[in-house]
Amino acid sequence: MEATRSNLAVVPAYNEAHTIVRVIDSLHEHAPDFDVLVVDDGSTDGTRELALHAGAHVVRHPFNLGIGGAVQSGFAYALDNGYGRMAQVDGDGQHLAEELQVLIDRMDADPGVDMVCGSRFLTDKGYPATISRRTGIHIFAFLLSRIVSQRVSDPTSGFRLYNRRAIALFAGDYPHDYPEVEAVLMVHHHRLRMLEVPVHMLERGGGKSSIRSGKSAYYMVKVLLALFVGLLRRRPVPRPGDDAPVAASHAL
Amino acid sequence: MDTKIQILAIVASGGMLLVILEMVRQRRLLERYALLWLFSALVLLALAVWRDFLETIANTIGIIYPPNALFVIAFGFVLVLLLHFSIAVSRLADQSKVLAQRVALLEERQNRAEAERSEAEAEEVLER
Repeated sequence: MEATRSNLAVVPAYNEAHTIVRVIDSLHEHAPDFDVLVVDDGSTDGTRELALHAGAHVVRHPFNLGIGGAVQSGFAYALDNGYGRMAQVDGDGQHLAEELQVLIDRMDADPGVDMVCGSRFLTDKGYPATISRRTGIHIFAFLLSRIVSQRVSDPTSGFRLYNRRAIALFAGDYPHDYPEVEAVLMVHHHRLRMLEVPVHMLERGGGKSSIRSGKSAYYMVKVLLALFVGLLRRRPVPRPGDDAPVAASHAL
Repeated sequence: MDTKIQILAIVASGGMLLVILEMVRQRRLLERYALLWLFSALVLLALAVWRDFLETIANTIGIIYPPNALFVIAFGFVLVLLLHFSIAVSRLADQSKVLAQRVALLEERQNRAEAERSEAEAEEVLER
């Protein structure tokens, strides 16, 4: 199947029935040259039907794979269908579709950039986040900035625009549980370029964040482990000719 | 506590820690499943190094020979890990069942669509 347009907006959604229609309508209105794909990650609240009714394409997982798996399905869809650019927009309405143009303009201005991230911390726009969440984000931001030797102010932002190279990379390998932070590291390892642009983010319109409060400690530890191990990996993903990353038999 | 057995405990738990980290690095172990292993290895390593604390624990729960307390704690971790993996295996079994069902339904739908199409083509040929 050939893409009707060359831009795809991917909206990962898990039980976002309250907001999904608003998000899709807003994308149709403010980003008319984007096809909209909702990746329904096993929702039980009718998110899929609402999304289809609102005029989006829908890929539905038979069970919940988590945010990493959902976004990676978006990358695979974009790669298979020949899209040149892919935007990632949360299904909870915290990203503004009208600001997608800011990301696009940045990528247009510099064709060597493979990933543009919307950051809520580049200018002080007063993002409403709890202190603990903010602290966690700033710790990741500090560590990542040192590792990739470039300022990364908002590594957990899920408001991103990718070009074809980044799509191909992440379609083949995208982190599992809490992917955004590790994705920045992967971009660095593969010598792709990323930039941040300032955007606004609203409070969540409904539903639950993929980072629940009780899990935030687990989140911190897991991502720190991933960052640490990622540093020790010489080749973070298999190259052509390597063993398959998941194989049926492995000697211990 | 005997120095020999302390050295053995340190080497064993330290080795376990390194093996786990190496498996994660080689991507043969997902971080999700590595965390509990790492936590167990770290606690055992800490107790092996920090003898006084191990002896305190042993005295508190009434174990005369402190290295036995280390074994009890290690056994506790093994049980927790086994339960963790039983839960993970159950979830995987459930998911692969759902996947097989979805594939079977898709295959049926595909076969039916193909049969309908070839029927329609045959009718077209007849009509000509």
